[in-house]
Amino acid sequence: MTGDSPVNERIMSQPMYEARVPIHPRSVAGRFRNLKSGILVLAYGVFFLLPWLRWERETGPSQAVLFDIPARQFYLFDLVVYPQDIFWLAGLLMIAALLLFFVTGIAGRVFCGYFCFQTLWTDVYMFLERRIQGERPARIRLSNQSWDTEKVLKLGATHLSWLLVAFATGLGFVLYWADAPTLVRDFFTGQAAGAAYITAGLLTLTTYTFAGLAREQVCTYMCPYARFQSVMFDRDTLIVSYDHARGEGAAGRGKPVRDLRTRDARQQIGVGDCIDCGYCVQVCPTGIDIRNGLQIECIHCALCIDACDAIMDKQGWPRGLIRYTSETALEGKKTRFLKLKTVGYGLATLVVGGLLVSSILTRPALDANVSQVRQPLFVQMGDGSTQNSYEIALNNKTQHSLDLEIRVAGLEGAVLDLGRVEDIILEPSQRTTVLARVRYTAPPESPSRLPLEFEIVDREGSMEPLRIGSQLSLRP
Amino acid sequence: MSTNENPSKKPGQVETTGHVWDSNLQEYNNPLPRWWLWGFYATVVFALVYWVLYPAWPVGGSFTKGLNTITFMQDGEEVTTHWNTRSLFAREMQSGKQAVRQREMLEQVGAMDYETLLADVEAMSFVNAYAKGAFGTWCAACHQTGGGGVIGQYPNLRDDHWLWGGTAEQIEETLVLGRIGYMPGYRESLDGQQLEQVASYVLSLNGFAMNDVDVAAGGEIFNGYLGGCYQCHGVDAAGLASLGAPNLSNNIWGLVDVPGAANDEERVARVARFVHQGVQRHMPAFADRLSPAEIRVLSAYVHSLGGGQ
Repeated sequence: MTGDSPVNERIMSQPMYEARVPIHPRSVAGRFRNLKSGILVLAYGVFFLLPWLRWERETGPSQAVLFDIPARQFYLFDLVVYPQDIFWLAGLLMIAALLLFFVTGIAGRVFCGYFCFQTLWTDVYMFLERRIQGERPARIRLSNQSWDTEKVLKLGATHLSWLLVAFATGLGFVLYWADAPTLVRDFFTGQAAGAAYITAGLLTLTTYTFAGLAREQVCTYMCPYARFQSVMFDRDTLIVSYDHARGEGAAGRGKPVRDLRTRDARQQIGVGDCIDCGYCVQVCPTGIDIRNGLQIECIHCALCIDACDAIMDKQGWPRGLIRYTSETALEGKKTRFLKLKTVGYGLATLVVGGLLVSSILTRPALDANVSQVRQPLFVQMGDGSTQNSYEIALNNKTQHSLDLEIRVAGLEGAVLDLGRVEDIILEPSQRTTVLARVRYTAPPESPSRLPLEFEIVDREGSMEPLRIGSQLSLRP
Repeated sequence: MSTNENPSKKPGQVETTGHVWDSNLQEYNNPLPRWWLWGFYATVVFALVYWVLYPAWPVGGSFTKGLNTITFMQDGEEVTTHWNTRSLFAREMQSGKQAVRQREMLEQVGAMDYETLLADVEAMSFVNAYAKGAFGTWCAACHQTGGGGVIGQYPNLRDDHWLWGGTAEQIEETLVLGRIGYMPGYRESLDGQQLEQVASYVLSLNGFAMNDVDVAAGGEIFNGYLGGCYQCHGVDAAGLASLGAPNLSNNIWGLVDVPGAANDEERVARVARFVHQGVQRHMPAFADRLSPAEIRVLSAYVHSLGGGQ
């Protein structure tokens, strides 16, 4: 390409960077707003109150949900999760991913619009902003105003309230990782762990930045989920959409002036139902015009539906000019929800969920692993027998102490030697490694490896005997 | 998205890069958001701060050391130097939470008597974890990882055959004082045939069917004045721990590779050659290299490996 081509000139003509265009969303009332507010209250309630919920346990902390990192134990009500259960996390993440695919395939960006932290926290921040600075016109006026006392006071109060919410969020998060009442006291007396201050500080900062300053830019520029949710869409996916055919008619939209006040009159001259009031644009938290069709910025919060429905109600015209619909439905065909993709994701979610639940329900009370010592694999003893050594790692996952006895089974004549160790008493959550040796006088012509089992029983019979398979090596 | 054109941007409103693929696929030339530029400036500020605080730029044969310092103990003295990862490692090993906890455990376990220690599952669990590393550092060079030893060179610590005794106290003594094991070679005093006779006798004690005449003759030599083997190994060849003389009747072979021999002839030849040459072995003393607690933990570990008595 040559230097004086029009393309290069055009590149030069455009600024490299673009400042954010401020968005001042107007508030709106309606059923989706109510639904969103309900979810918000519920989510905040769970997030902020859960660490304060007390729980009765035989041993361990009295907090219902506690992620105890130093002790490497996660307490979730009556379930105690140990590092060995890490694969449950894989199951949980798989469920989260599949559920996201399933829901997105059917109903679009439901997660973005109703459940995402970014949406919830931004909602709260906008609420505070509105309470302090007023409705959209007042905020626009304020932002164009010179820096007088009113502006400094109102903006200062807004940012202060944001910082308070951000700090509450940071502190609220930290409470999940230690005993909540103790941590709050320690936190404000300067005695909490450094990690608590760092985490709370970092979350305060990110919450303030993301929900207060960055807002829709997080969804548009940063969030990977926003991008790959778009990929999960198809023509049958429910989207928040403007009914272009109804709104524009043959002659486009038009304000309800003069002879365009009644629906009949408009229809006669081909003008659509959209009165171009701009309410749907004003309420949009990402600042787009839904009438331009499906857009990547749209988080499907459905507030424009509420806005448009309010206008249609006022006009006395049917609701649903902006509504949940699909591209297929907009073309006048029937939306198909039962498809290989959606059914497949639904089934996969159920299968993984079932596996996870059954894995949690059937976890043995005692976690026991036997590893054969391989260096050396076997050794010949003075009486002609062959000895193998084993390390038996035990972890008591119950809430009471276990008095264990280890036996060897499945190989006639094999003798177990635990040295002088006789009592293996494990307190709740205690881990230990038992060194075991097995001696066996092999008959001639024995194979080089023989299977055997370790049987671990509780002397008080509080758990089912546990049998763990291993092997005895006679030759390399 | 389902459309390949962004409906919010009308054609001509936004520039494209000018490239066109597949007849209509174009790339918008949208400006970067301004906050992205601030992010870039933030990384620049971070770098500047980092350069001031930490070692960064090479200057001739040296480098800028940075203002940040680190303090740790070196040869009993407190040393403060510019921040670096080696000193950080040294400090972690001295005063890190895990290092301190490990030292506490070592002291606690090292102060137990063997009777308590060997019967305590929790203490033995620590012994296994800690001594495995210490064994790797101090012992495995000869005795091999896991203590399996090498036939002909270094004793196997996993079997129940003990040259110097297998009680925990005896193992500790071996560790503290070291051992020198010696068997004289019979180069002058026994001829080839006599060596083979002794070899046949010893092999017969371990369950090998040998020539009766040779065995009888070998027994004469072993238990008589000519060989005098019994003086160390005992009349029943059961060995003598006070001298480090091994039991020769339990079919455990530490020095002569009898299990690796193909037939009786080779076995006899190998044992005979060994008796002819003799052997001297040396285990160094560890009293001045390891702390009493470490020696205690290592002794318990070795005791637990195989056939501690």
